[in-house]
Amino acid sequence: MIPGFCRDCLTDAPPAGARCTACRSPRLIRHPEIDTLAIAHIDCDAFYATVEKRDDPSIADKPVIIGGGKRGVVSAACYISRTFGVRSAMPMFEAMRLCPQAVVIRPDMAKYVAVGRQVREAMRALTPLVEPLSIDEAFLDLSGTQRLHGASAAKTLAKLAIEVERDIGITVSIGLSGNKFLAKIASDLDKPRGFAVLGLAEAAAFLAPRPVSFIYGVGKAMEARLQNDGYRLISDLQRADEIDLMRRYGVEGRRLARLAHGTDVRVVDPSRETKSVSAETTFNKDIADFTALERILWALSERVSRRLKKQELAGSTINVKLKTADFRTRTRAASLSNPTQLAARIFDTGRELLKRETDGTSYRLVGIGVSALVPANEADPANLMDRRTVDAEHAVDRLRAKFGDAAVVRGLAFDKEEES
Amino acid sequence: MKVTVERAALLKSLGHVHRVVERRNTIPILANVLIRAEKSTLSLKATDLDLEVTETIAAEVSPGGSTTVPAHMFYEIVRKLPEGSQIVLEASGDRAVLSIRAGRSRFTLQTLPESDFPDLAAGDMTHKFKLVAGDIKRLIDKTQFAISTEETRYYLNGIYLHVAGAANTAKLRAVATDGHRLAQFELDLPEGADGMPGVIIPRKTVGEVQRLIDDGAAEVNVELSQGKIRFTLGDVVLTSKLIDGTFPDYGRVIPLGNDKELRVDKKIFEAAVDRVSTVSSERGRAVKLSLVAGKLVLSVTNPDSGSANEELEVEYEADPIDIGFNSRYLLDIAAQIDGEVAVLKLADPGSPTLIQDKDAKGALYVLMPMRV
Repeated sequence: MIPGFCRDCLTDAPPAGARCTACRSPRLIRHPEIDTLAIAHIDCDAFYATVEKRDDPSIADKPVIIGGGKRGVVSAACYISRTFGVRSAMPMFEAMRLCPQAVVIRPDMAKYVAVGRQVREAMRALTPLVEPLSIDEAFLDLSGTQRLHGASAAKTLAKLAIEVERDIGITVSIGLSGNKFLAKIASDLDKPRGFAVLGLAEAAAFLAPRPVSFIYGVGKAMEARLQNDGYRLISDLQRADEIDLMRRYGVEGRRLARLAHGTDVRVVDPSRETKSVSAETTFNKDIADFTALERILWALSERVSRRLKKQELAGSTINVKLKTADFRTRTRAASLSNPTQLAARIFDTGRELLKRETDGTSYRLVGIGVSALVPANEADPANLMDRRTVDAEHAVDRLRAKFGDAAVVRGLAFDKEEES
Repeated sequence: MKVTVERAALLKSLGHVHRVVERRNTIPILANVLIRAEKSTLSLKATDLDLEVTETIAAEVSPGGSTTVPAHMFYEIVRKLPEGSQIVLEASGDRAVLSIRAGRSRFTLQTLPESDFPDLAAGDMTHKFKLVAGDIKRLIDKTQFAISTEETRYYLNGIYLHVAGAANTAKLRAVATDGHRLAQFELDLPEGADGMPGVIIPRKTVGEVQRLIDDGAAEVNVELSQGKIRFTLGDVVLTSKLIDGTFPDYGRVIPLGNDKELRVDKKIFEAAVDRVSTVSSERGRAVKLSLVAGKLVLSVTNPDSGSANEELEVEYEADPIDIGFNSRYLLDIAAQIDGEVAVLKLADPGSPTLIQDKDAKGALYVLMPMRV
């Protein structure tokens, strides 16, 4: 008999039959390893769209797209809009062509962050080993929590899904396995409102027929190289010798050899640090004019700065990203002698980089980011020649905290043109 | 053009001028050095459009002429030719090549016409004065380290050279700062510098001048105007654009009223700071100075690796104070103190500290503390 339980009432599943004997629910899950696996990947379903539907029931059964302007890209598409072919990261105009009746909502990041945090809190109540991957997904390691929760990791997770749905009002999909690589794959197998288990015993067979690009980190270049060397499917890698792969691809070869067999030794690391903080925006109309680009860069710098301050981080490398009208990406970086989290310094440095690239080229996107992050207490050491920039910005921050963001606006930010 | 010249003389001159040429150049002619031969002299000139170095050496010339060749390659060729050899440079008008011969070696280099070579067009210099090379070198040595590298404040990317003080006690003063530390060095005002405009000499120019000085006793002619400066050191003439900007009013950040005075043996202090900062992260983290009467404790705590502290006997009588500094900045300044005793004048943990060499009156340093 294959062990399992009902995802609605958590009663153990009957040895056979498609429905729960206690609540008649068809949502039974059975798997030979269900009682022993403890690493999970949890992904919120069409997160932004689901949150918006929760807050406005009138759009619950309509196709909903979260995205900005007609030139932006789709940030999230609900499952109804996905049936029309809409996908996230798709240009907005294409999404609208596929699904003209869609309800388009501008992203309200503050709200999503708040909801994402609620979900994360619910996860942290189960285990301290929660590794967030983004606002709406995370890895959880529930090893050794069976006695604490009085249930297997699988049941604890199913209970979490029920609670998130009931208390927060959004749905999640859960992938359960024995390591991060497989758990992440599993969470994609059953969506939305899913629960998939990928056992260690079946992993190799499951992976075998898939292309090598199925392994994360294998991009176009690596895929081409692997194919050129005769590795098209994961099964080709499984047959290869680990030492041989290492000889050919170095450390990456060993990683491929192991992942191909479903082995992943990475631990769930709750302290995995943010590597960079950035913001970017796509314009409604291509822009070549420096003054217009500069104004947008300022708004983005403020956004980046706000996030750095919130996370108590600072960085000493400023990156500017530009995408030309013909979709070429230019990235430029500059280093500071001391890490910063100030919008003014991020902007000043970014502006210099931007200035060199405004040579009449039309851009469709501009972004700015800060990397080489360190804790904020090492940031912005007092400056002999300019003690006011730091003080002024902190004063503005305090005013805004009290009276809202519109209380103080830098002169540069006025005469706003369409931003995104 | 045909020139015969000693390898040693040519190598030395090329060594001076070729460094000005940027390794990566978008304008082909800027990768070249201009060679001009006339009346038993050979002159070499290189430029990056902001800075131009010309050197003239003795040579056998017949006939004269001029051309340009790739600077770094020309330098490498001359460098690799055997010591003591005579080098013959020859160019004929109809082919765009320069031939270089020495012993049995023979090279030809592609040339670009002299007429394409840019000229900095120095214009009229309004002020002229002479300085001893050793003084210029000290002026640079003592201040160069504090020049800012951040392009957003381009006006700090050089040394501010200006006249300071009242008419009868006026000094020629150099100041550099990156906002975290400030270095100031002054010399007696040389004749002719009176009334000169304050100028900001770019970092690269400063570095080149420093490298050109090999004889401290030699005399250097300095000429300057609002936009340019020229240094003449023997046969070498270096002309540079100046940074077009306003150097900030640095005087107000020099804390002359700091009353807590610490006197410490410079060598012992420097070595101790260096020792304790071993445990700090590579990004020069703070070293804490804890002062009580007669005693200084230096300490560094790095949450990632560990901690260090060292106690020094010092001359200190004021109230106890704890203050933090970037250890790298502290070491940079200590390295500039030639005398035996360093004097630190402190106010409080949040205000600039003044650092001086007890024996050298011309130099002073200001360092901004860090939070500890």
